[in-house]
Amino acid sequence: MSDSRSQNLSDGFKTRWMILRIALSERLAYRGDFVLGTLMRFLPIITQIFLWWAIFQSINPEDPNAGRLSGYSFQDMVAYYLLTMVGRAFSSMPGLSSSIATKIRDGEIKKFLVQPVDLITFLFWSRVAHKIAYYTISTLPFALVFFLCRSYFTLGWPDPWTMAAFVASLFLSFTLGFYLEACIGLVGFWMLEVSSLLFVYMLFQFFLSGHMFPLDILPEPFLSIVSFLPIKYLAYFPAAVFLGKVHGTQLAIDMGMLLAWTIFFFVMSQVIYRRGLKHYSGYGG
Amino acid sequence: MSIIQIDQLAKSYRVYQKKEGLREALRGLWHREYKEVDAVKKISLRVEPGEFVAFLGPNGAGKTTTLKLLSGVIYPTSGTATVMGYVPWERSLDYRRRFALVMGQKNQLWWDLPAQESFRLHQQIYKIEAAQFQKTLDELTSLLTVRELLGRPVRELSLGERMKMELIAALLHRPEVLFLDEPTIGLDVIAQHNIQQFLKFYQAERGITILLTSHYMKDIAALCQRVVVIAQGQIQYDGSLSGIVDSFSGDKIITLQLAVGQTDAGLERFGQLEKVAMPRVSFRCPRSEVSKSLAEILSNYQIDDIAVEDPPLEETIAKLFTHVSGDNVDSNAGSDAVASKP
Repeated sequence: MSDSRSQNLSDGFKTRWMILRIALSERLAYRGDFVLGTLMRFLPIITQIFLWWAIFQSINPEDPNAGRLSGYSFQDMVAYYLLTMVGRAFSSMPGLSSSIATKIRDGEIKKFLVQPVDLITFLFWSRVAHKIAYYTISTLPFALVFFLCRSYFTLGWPDPWTMAAFVASLFLSFTLGFYLEACIGLVGFWMLEVSSLLFVYMLFQFFLSGHMFPLDILPEPFLSIVSFLPIKYLAYFPAAVFLGKVHGTQLAIDMGMLLAWTIFFFVMSQVIYRRGLKHYSGYGG
Repeated sequence: MSIIQIDQLAKSYRVYQKKEGLREALRGLWHREYKEVDAVKKISLRVEPGEFVAFLGPNGAGKTTTLKLLSGVIYPTSGTATVMGYVPWERSLDYRRRFALVMGQKNQLWWDLPAQESFRLHQQIYKIEAAQFQKTLDELTSLLTVRELLGRPVRELSLGERMKMELIAALLHRPEVLFLDEPTIGLDVIAQHNIQQFLKFYQAERGITILLTSHYMKDIAALCQRVVVIAQGQIQYDGSLSGIVDSFSGDKIITLQLAVGQTDAGLERFGQLEKVAMPRVSFRCPRSEVSKSLAEILSNYQIDDIAVEDPPLEETIAKLFTHVSGDNVDSNAGSDAVASKP
């Protein structure tokens, strides 16, 4: 019996590996477009650096470098921004929700009801493949940017434990981001078009994930509200860990919360999918 | 035991009644009216292992809904069905590994990759042993003559070539039951013929059970021993293709080749003239009067050749469809007429 269980387990792994491999080669089918798209994502760095420079200039026109915004210097702000870019490289899921909704609307989802393969597993491993392809291309430019901007990291490299927590938070933020956006896409079982829902979510995410500014510059009660939301883990949290802003017990609590939210949205996605299928099979198709 | 058993199976959809105009659209935001549409009305059917059955019917007759029910994509409103002993809409993995569904209008392969890659994924998800996979793939690609296309991205294949790849993908795991929904739709005559030939050969060779829907009478005539006519969500006919003509067409077409110097004068009394292209004359004659008419013609005219045929199948089937829906329209019109009487 344990033999057949290990057989099933290895079959499961092989299936995931195959999905990953095929999705990866699919990505590479459009390598030109893909490379260009990846590199273009580095452009906003320049505008962001200028923007923060302008803000710090207005705070302290004599010496912008000496200005402080809720404890952040100009250097800290740029370092923070660069780190959220790393975080978002893991947690952002371009096109995931809309592709799920399209699959439901166009009936492509039937494939996953007829063939012995699970939709969410399939999407997850395809997404891992997308990310691997993305990192392969963007690692070099990322390294270059960090090298050029090394002077902004005034604290230097974090200690190994913090680094480990940072890396763990990146992987968890990928998983959280995936299941969160999968849930939004799966709403497509009830609403044929999820783009407006997605737009609202993206708007919130833009401001409340810490993508635009460090969340700890927010005044109360917003700060408390935001720190209870899961989306801060998508950009703010990994950067804050790297910068040593979260440590000790707070770090443990936050890692626990991140894990809990990830499990929550994983379970939610399963529940929504099951109920969605019931709805779809009962009324539509 | 029958491989497919359908008992009193019914499926109705709830369709949102969208009304015309902005006002109605706004009202629809709060209050929606739904209408129940009966796509399949309590059909019962048995299919034996190894049968090749065609579902024939006009658009919206319930053919595709029935295939969707049998492949487990949708739940029925009432009734039961089993395929190889499985209840399709329970969607057990065991069931999924034993049947396949091919939809002519849906692409199941990876668009940007060579078909070979999709096949490998199938090998994995259907747990096909490597040796068997290679053997089946070799057989199928040589039967369908697409071996050299395996490495070409699917998006670069013609519609006919893509359909062949779809069929291979569906057959790699050697399903015992195959559902084909319009497999030759949009294909040119040659591609249609190739697919037919393949299906015919494959089905005979493997003895698998196939249910097919198609609009092309040629598909059905070439492939299926048994035809189930569905219209208005109900089974109207179940039997052989030639039987349709026997049961629903009361006429024969008689074609005469008149000897030199003969005219067609007077032939119209035997039936309605269909085509006159001297010296050939065709006319339609009630089945019961064929022998009497022939005897009379032979004694009164000089004839070089005679052919007695059934009317074209398409015509009979079109008649059958309009006959069915005509009944319905009539009964509605009848009740309207009664209601509007002063």
